[in-house]
Amino acid sequence: MAEMTHSHTGTVSADPSARFYQKHHHPENGTLLGFWLYLMSDCLIFACLFITYAVLGHNYAAGPSGADAFDLPTVALNTSLLLFSSITYGFAMLEMQRKQLSRVLVWLAITGLLGAGFISLELTEFAHLIHEGAGPQRSGFLTAFFSLVGTHGLHVTFGIVWLVTLMFQLKKHGLTPENVRRLTCLSMFWHFLDVVWIGVFTFVYLMGVL
Amino acid sequence: MSETLDLTKLIFGRLSLEAIPYHEPILVGTFCMVALGGLAAFIAMTYFRLWGPFWRNWVTSIDHKRIGIMYIVLGVVMLLRGFADALMMRAQQALSFGDAHGFLPPHHYDQVFTAHGVIMIFFVAMPLVTGLMNYVVPLQIGARDVAFPFLNNFSFWMTTFGAVLVMASLFIGEFARTGWLAYPPLSGILGSPDVGVDYYIWSLQIAGVGTLLSGVNLIATIVKMRAPGMTLMKMPVFTWTALCTNVLIVVTFPVLTAVLAMLSMDRYVGTNFFTNDLGGNAMMYVNLIWIWGHPEVYILVLPAFGVFSEVVPTFTGKRMFGYTSMVYATVVITVLSYLVWLHHFFTMGSGASVNSFFGITTMIISIPTGAKIFNWLFTMYRGRIRFEVPMLWTVGFMITFVLGGMTGVLLAVPPADFVLHNSLFLIAHFHNVIIGGVVFAMFAGITYWFPKAFGFKLDEFWGKCAFWFWFVGFYFAFMPLYVLGLMGVTRRLSHFEDQSLQIWFVIAAFGGALIALGIGSFLLSIFVAILRRKQYRDVTGDPWNARTLEWSTSSPPPDYNFAFTPVVYDRDAWADMKKAGFVRPLSGFVDIHMPKSTAAGFTIAALSAVMGFALIWQMWLLAGLSFVAMMVAIIKHTFNYNRDFYIKADEVVRTEEERTRLLAQHG
Repeated sequence: MAEMTHSHTGTVSADPSARFYQKHHHPENGTLLGFWLYLMSDCLIFACLFITYAVLGHNYAAGPSGADAFDLPTVALNTSLLLFSSITYGFAMLEMQRKQLSRVLVWLAITGLLGAGFISLELTEFAHLIHEGAGPQRSGFLTAFFSLVGTHGLHVTFGIVWLVTLMFQLKKHGLTPENVRRLTCLSMFWHFLDVVWIGVFTFVYLMGVL
Repeated sequence: MSETLDLTKLIFGRLSLEAIPYHEPILVGTFCMVALGGLAAFIAMTYFRLWGPFWRNWVTSIDHKRIGIMYIVLGVVMLLRGFADALMMRAQQALSFGDAHGFLPPHHYDQVFTAHGVIMIFFVAMPLVTGLMNYVVPLQIGARDVAFPFLNNFSFWMTTFGAVLVMASLFIGEFARTGWLAYPPLSGILGSPDVGVDYYIWSLQIAGVGTLLSGVNLIATIVKMRAPGMTLMKMPVFTWTALCTNVLIVVTFPVLTAVLAMLSMDRYVGTNFFTNDLGGNAMMYVNLIWIWGHPEVYILVLPAFGVFSEVVPTFTGKRMFGYTSMVYATVVITVLSYLVWLHHFFTMGSGASVNSFFGITTMIISIPTGAKIFNWLFTMYRGRIRFEVPMLWTVGFMITFVLGGMTGVLLAVPPADFVLHNSLFLIAHFHNVIIGGVVFAMFAGITYWFPKAFGFKLDEFWGKCAFWFWFVGFYFAFMPLYVLGLMGVTRRLSHFEDQSLQIWFVIAAFGGALIALGIGSFLLSIFVAILRRKQYRDVTGDPWNARTLEWSTSSPPPDYNFAFTPVVYDRDAWADMKKAGFVRPLSGFVDIHMPKSTAAGFTIAALSAVMGFALIWQMWLLAGLSFVAMMVAIIKHTFNYNRDFYIKADEVVRTEEERTRLLAQHG
């Protein structure tokens, strides 16, 4: 290893080795990419649930079908709540760009309330179905339905918990780079849930009542 | 009376003293050994006052190097458990003929083969692969850590606590008796009403979260944190295979999570995903789990290919032959691995066209794999080959893996598969590729990178013994199974009537004993090396005259890996630097930004294991409490904004001067 040995005389100014390193550590920001990767993996969980619904969706086992079980007006209201919450989250992000912390918080609060409205309507629908004897144990179709819609609802619930946590953190630290990054991640999460819901609405509810 | 009963049930669920298997002498013996070992370790740690350093430097560490080492230790420890299961099966099958019934009742034997499969895949092969990737990838790309150091620590502890749950099933209750993929309806609540399948589900769910997050972490690391100049086509092959493997992890582990969640819904809530009545579909489970399961074998074997692609150029003193084709072959395997899952159940009856499609894709996947074999061969061709231990494993791999690959192509032919499905021929095939591919690669990789991690080489004599015992032992253990499989013997049997088969099982058991010697020799190569660490010491940081960036820094590397960020101009960056007469910079050091250690990962993972245990035994109160505690711990962690610190320039100077002094001493 002749090239590894060297003297203690210090570095040479016109050092030919200098091209092999740089002093300043190159910046890296992997968080958004990492979060996006996580979302894609989550998307695959939903893909499995959609596939399950496709396989089991007509196994009514002499129980109710989609046309019997679904109440489209409620679901339409539900859908609009969630879609509006995406828009209001967008407004929060616009205010974040303008560095208006208090407005960010207001829009986040509205987003959270819309999400909570969505969850409570969904829970009412679930309670109604279970009360009618159309719970997840009734048939393969209802199993697949409850698990797909329920998993989405669970995601929205965790989204709300995250949103509230983030509001506290925003109040405490303001629009620091960390918080801007967190807002961006939650934004991706929230819009992702919206996109999934559009799939649910189309494939489960609309096609279910056809 | 009924109120106290309810309270007991709320707190203890199904757990009672009957769950402790004190009437099974094998388990009691094992427990005594584990307890004694644990006690000895506890006393030693306390006596030498190691708990504090252990907690500070290892448990809470977010240094990718330490986490990588911990993964490998986990994998090696679990290898001993999984291999003990294997020896028990070999012994049982060699003994249990005619009137003799061996020493394992079917109830126990079924747990043993299930645990063997689960442990070897999830808690041996996965930690070893993840550990190597964790250790090596950041160093190979010239980075100071992974993209998400905290998540890395958390992932490790989730994997470990998954393993802890599997181990707990040995002494509290029992493990699944379903085979390693737990097909329903056998794994459903009607087929398996006890806790075995629940242990299976929760240990894999907890470990699976860890694996998924470490996949996300390593992709972000490789994509975002490569040294300047290291374009994708200048990345070392091991990093390429790590990238592809982690892509596979991110696209397949969610499927495992989803399918196990569905199975647990069927078991806990009474839903009808995979039931036989009310519109469930058990074959959907088999499809979904293999959509995870087939890519999983490539998750394991791609990094194995990566290890050989580092070892071969180093020990032949040449550049990799056909680098570009190597990369494309890796990517093609990544894509194709997603299109072959149905070959695991040709006998399902999906029809000739579907079976043909999957048969053909399976055969096609052998083409890029074959291309890799030729690349290694052509790299060796006219090279100056040094047959050191990693190279021995590599040559052993090339012979063994080609054989296993060919029996795989035989099985890919659906009509042949109808005969061989679930026979010992299949068992021989996949052990042939997993041992010949993954296990040999892990030994090659550990031997190769050990001096990087610890600053001294493993003992060569015992390393060679390990190789030869494993290599010969493998053929003794599995060639008889090919023969038996062709004669129609099916897998998972604990008793045989036909005495003429016994000789083959005895030969296989002899092979198992040889492999045991191989494992023993490997452990000895570590112990002897620790005793003679002064003699085996390497101060250069580059003991093998290797070619990639991890060898440009000291062994073991400093916490910050590289005092300055390397700049890359060529593939085999370190070989390029050596050729250009690179001289280490000795001054001008600056502060280095580093992440801080944290106990949050350990805490959250431990709470999730408590929750898993509570759910297994249906202790609803504890399950609820631990879930809430876990949420609180997670949220509390997000309130920690103080996550990094600077290693001061004078500390860097001190570390680098120490290295300069050592280098000068050993000239």
